[in-house]
Amino acid sequence: MITASPPVKETKNYLNHERGIKSWLLTGDHKRIAILYLISVTLFFALGGVFASLIRLELSTPAGDLLESNQYNKVFTMHGILMVFFFLIPSIPATLGNFLIPMMIGAKDLAFPKINLLSWYIYVVGGIFTLYVLLTGGVDTGWTFYTPFSTSYSNGYVIAAGLGIFINGFSSILTGLNFIVTIHRMRAPGLTWFRLPLFVWAHYATSAIMILGTPVVAVTLFLVVLERGFHIGFFDPAYGGDPVLFQHLFWFYSHPAVYIMILPSMGVISEVISTFSSKKPFGYTFIAFSSVAIAVFGFLVWGHHLFVAGQSIYAGLVFSILSYVVAIPSAIKVFNWAATMYKGKVRLETPMLYALGFIGLFTVGGLTGIFLSSLGMDVHLTDTYFVVAHFHYVMVGGALLGYLCGIHFWWPKIFGRMYSQVWSKVSAVLVFVGFNLTFFPQFLLGYMGMPRRYHVYPPEFQVFNVLSSAGASVLALGLILPAIYLTWSLKHGEIASENPWGATGLEWQTASPPIMENFEVTPVVTTEAYDYSTQQEVVHVG
Amino acid sequence: MTMEPKSFQLFPESASNFAPSVDGLYTYMVVVSAFFSLLVAFLIVYFAIKYRAKPGQGVPPPINDHSIGGMILEITWSVIPLGLSLVMFAWGASIMFHESRPPADALNIYVTGKRWMWKIQHMEGAREINELHVPVDQDIRLTMTSEDVIHDFYVPAFRTKADVLPGRYTTEWFRPTKVGDYHIFCAEYCGTKHSGMIGTVHVMTQPDYQTWLAHGSGEGSLSEQGESLFNQLGCGNCHVKDGHGRAPNLYGAYGTKVDLSDGSSVRIDESYIRESVLYPQAKIVAGYDRIMPTFKGLISDEGMLKLIEYIKSLGNANGANAPSRTLGSEQPDIQKSGTMAAPMSETKPAATEKKQ
Repeated sequence: MITASPPVKETKNYLNHERGIKSWLLTGDHKRIAILYLISVTLFFALGGVFASLIRLELSTPAGDLLESNQYNKVFTMHGILMVFFFLIPSIPATLGNFLIPMMIGAKDLAFPKINLLSWYIYVVGGIFTLYVLLTGGVDTGWTFYTPFSTSYSNGYVIAAGLGIFINGFSSILTGLNFIVTIHRMRAPGLTWFRLPLFVWAHYATSAIMILGTPVVAVTLFLVVLERGFHIGFFDPAYGGDPVLFQHLFWFYSHPAVYIMILPSMGVISEVISTFSSKKPFGYTFIAFSSVAIAVFGFLVWGHHLFVAGQSIYAGLVFSILSYVVAIPSAIKVFNWAATMYKGKVRLETPMLYALGFIGLFTVGGLTGIFLSSLGMDVHLTDTYFVVAHFHYVMVGGALLGYLCGIHFWWPKIFGRMYSQVWSKVSAVLVFVGFNLTFFPQFLLGYMGMPRRYHVYPPEFQVFNVLSSAGASVLALGLILPAIYLTWSLKHGEIASENPWGATGLEWQTASPPIMENFEVTPVVTTEAYDYSTQQEVVHVG
Repeated sequence: MTMEPKSFQLFPESASNFAPSVDGLYTYMVVVSAFFSLLVAFLIVYFAIKYRAKPGQGVPPPINDHSIGGMILEITWSVIPLGLSLVMFAWGASIMFHESRPPADALNIYVTGKRWMWKIQHMEGAREINELHVPVDQDIRLTMTSEDVIHDFYVPAFRTKADVLPGRYTTEWFRPTKVGDYHIFCAEYCGTKHSGMIGTVHVMTQPDYQTWLAHGSGEGSLSEQGESLFNQLGCGNCHVKDGHGRAPNLYGAYGTKVDLSDGSSVRIDESYIRESVLYPQAKIVAGYDRIMPTFKGLISDEGMLKLIEYIKSLGNANGANAPSRTLGSEQPDIQKSGTMAAPMSETKPAATEKKQ
């Protein structure tokens, strides 16, 4: 299956176009910037994973025996900050989105290549602030920075951590801006809106959220910095502020941020399910508009995080029903994906395995979300492990699996090499099994009443915690494998063809890896998206 | 719902009036979710096997999803989940409405959260820390505030919780239905020993509860302690009973609406009393001068509760000299009316209390 790379004559592509570290650090090429992001988000993900392992190790016994309480609080805070702001939010848009959007629309680059590079540097600076916090002693506020704890009581480096996220936010805003302008202005001739791949639709909706939401969280964290640093009263009643105001502002961004994480994954899944069923996605327009609907309604549900925070019950009613409304577009997508496979030609290659895993986990994540949208149910479940399990099903089961799915799908395009089919399938199965074993017990723990962010817990909760920690080790194994076989494939993998999966997008109609300008000549689009009638011969891999 | 104690459990103890309805809703949601999860799982596994690519198979014919059939499918799988989830919405909302309306004759108990302990103050004067003794089959209303950060008073066996905020009062109520000891957890992250901010609710029979109360503190009831604090601070010099003093009469004032000097009006509730003591200039009753000094720093959160309880004992909007352990039924939901008054400096000892 794996053959040594034949001594082919090296063709010019974006990877060997120029050489040397400077050519990478000063590049304006969206594909190279995507690689820079790929490396940096992977590093932050690995670091976040180390903290996750510490949490699961500590929680395998009820007593606090591995870490001190303060250390434990810092560990889960760093896990949250790194994973949310430095991995999940940039993961798919900044790597796959960056690489693929220009290619999918037949463009040479994004609209603003220098701004694209700038956004990566901003991300790095934000990341350095966060690493500084980590090395100097950490922060113990939780990734949510609730006031007045964060502004008046926390003994961590809140200001530096807040500034890190504040700065990082601009990276997100610039990326969103770049995508929106690019998608509006740079589509190839003939590529109308309803011929766009669903991946592009998903990123368009995501970009809108990034531009409209991110400034709010940036300003909010800046207010935290001002209150903590200068005792200007915004949130702490001792200075005349309102502690709940923070929660409104924070969740006004951070709930839509969940859709920043999940929408791009949904875009990936739509591409992959279609390709490996050799069939146009069922209900293309419904899937496209459901992305837009999620982006719009996603802004109107933040108050469901405040059902027990002293919010008026009438406000609670409105936020509750809107939360049900926003769940429907997600349900539409799931059913449409399943219907796409109907009478298709289904190939269970690695990306497809990840995609099917995504559908399973995201379905559970979405359905448990509607438990929490229900007022009376949320009163019991909020701030327990049920919430932890729910959002991990959405963010890990959804966003992370979508990311891995996309990486495996487009890897041959990005690097021009295939990876081990056997190991990658083993990894997909391990991730799915390990994930469920880790997080399903946490739903049960949550209903039993175990609060989240507990360093020490009553002994009756131990059984489920031990199961969860055992699952986490399987999950970790499943996640370490790709790091090995994907890295290995860079040098030793089989050379990939232009279109190894028999996919339809424009990105598959150019060399793997692509040339610097993406296309020899600007493509002209004459057909609908996902027209498999042009793909008579499917190259079977593996 | 509750399984045999000590065996494998999926439900916590069911020990309050809310527990059966929350468990019922949960069961409904689990059944609906399990159905849809299994349906989706079945479909994708079945399709993956049934339509697995075979060698030599051509490209599958496109299925026209713009047909009537496609539209019917889209509508079906949008409307059915929407209908099922609207049931969840309505059911959950009705439980929440019930939870947010404490009965008028509920036994009031004050709770103060402080990193990292729960301080409980009973009307009759008994005080406890991290323990709450309550009688079974009696409606209990907790009036809660925090001395520092946001906490959350959570009793899983009662299926209810509410955030405990600095600078305002929130409420939570329940009717324990089963004698026993149950966990109290702080459910809002509050720093280093967050997971140590736990306690126990002891649900007791009425006779046991009365015995327990009788052995409580000898400091007198909460309103009696409030009265001596009222006198010590000299409040009665201006707030005289006949209404001809330099400050408004407090008798029968609790729960009424008063007009303010700026033309607006306010209902006299816990939060307004607290604000008036700490920030007297904020809302002046119409017809009175701005002469009251602030008592910020002179009175602790617990002292404030005693004062409030004393003022309540002076009669309420019903005109009756209401017993201090009840709250007027028209008492507005103080979660909503919470005005922003500053909390006490957390280390300030209530000097006045100690002398009692």
